[in-house]
Amino acid sequence: MSDATAIKVIVQEEPFDPYLVTGEHQATFDANKCGGIVTFVGTMRDYNDGHTVSTMHLDHYPGMTEKHIERVCQEAAEKWEVIDILVVHRYGKIMPSDAIVLVAVWSAHRANAFDACRFVINYLKERAPFWKREATPAGERWVEHNTKDPAAEAASAAALTKRSA
Amino acid sequence: MNVKIRYFASMRDRMGRAEDSVTVEGDTLTIADLWKKVAPGQPLPTSTLIAVNMEYTDASQKLKNGDEVAFFPPVTGG
Repeated sequence: MSDATAIKVIVQEEPFDPYLVTGEHQATFDANKCGGIVTFVGTMRDYNDGHTVSTMHLDHYPGMTEKHIERVCQEAAEKWEVIDILVVHRYGKIMPSDAIVLVAVWSAHRANAFDACRFVINYLKERAPFWKREATPAGERWVEHNTKDPAAEAASAAALTKRSA
Repeated sequence: MNVKIRYFASMRDRMGRAEDSVTVEGDTLTIADLWKKVAPGQPLPTSTLIAVNMEYTDASQKLKNGDEVAFFPPVTGG
């Protein structure tokens, strides 16, 4: 287990620049022990399931959303030696190419940062109560399921075996 | 006892409302019982996720006074 991994979760309506936010966050702590930062930025596509998508609305369950993202981050911090985890997730109206989610992980060595980052985004998508509603030329529709990460199961399996890494 | 119910996304559209408040006599009420009260004659869609006080659970859980129950479809964040 990592010694006191710092975890910060922000769920906000306002658009954000994930690269700026990553830099600003790193300036808030002593990053001299970090040897690697892995970031995942999820952005909005202008197409899905055979339709063009002009805008998207993200609904969420305030309180439960933050609680479950924080828990996923805590689980990642128990499995891998990481120094800091930052998650920012939007709700409300989203435009194509907007950042929807940022997961940034700082660690001493890259392998732990890669693994923890993938774990956080995969489990966030599985557990955090958000729902996407897309505006298409055929009207609005709820997205019924997320695109599966083909490596998600492999990553989960790796998470179990790397617990002591 | 009294419980608050919240519906999200397509479940809110289906119910035509975002919230309910249900008061029942006695202290034995499961989530499955509660669903029958708020949606009489409608089976709970099999993919529905259920939370009580913001923790995932299943329809067999017994409720207590003041609980907040939520019904919603599979999540699609990230």
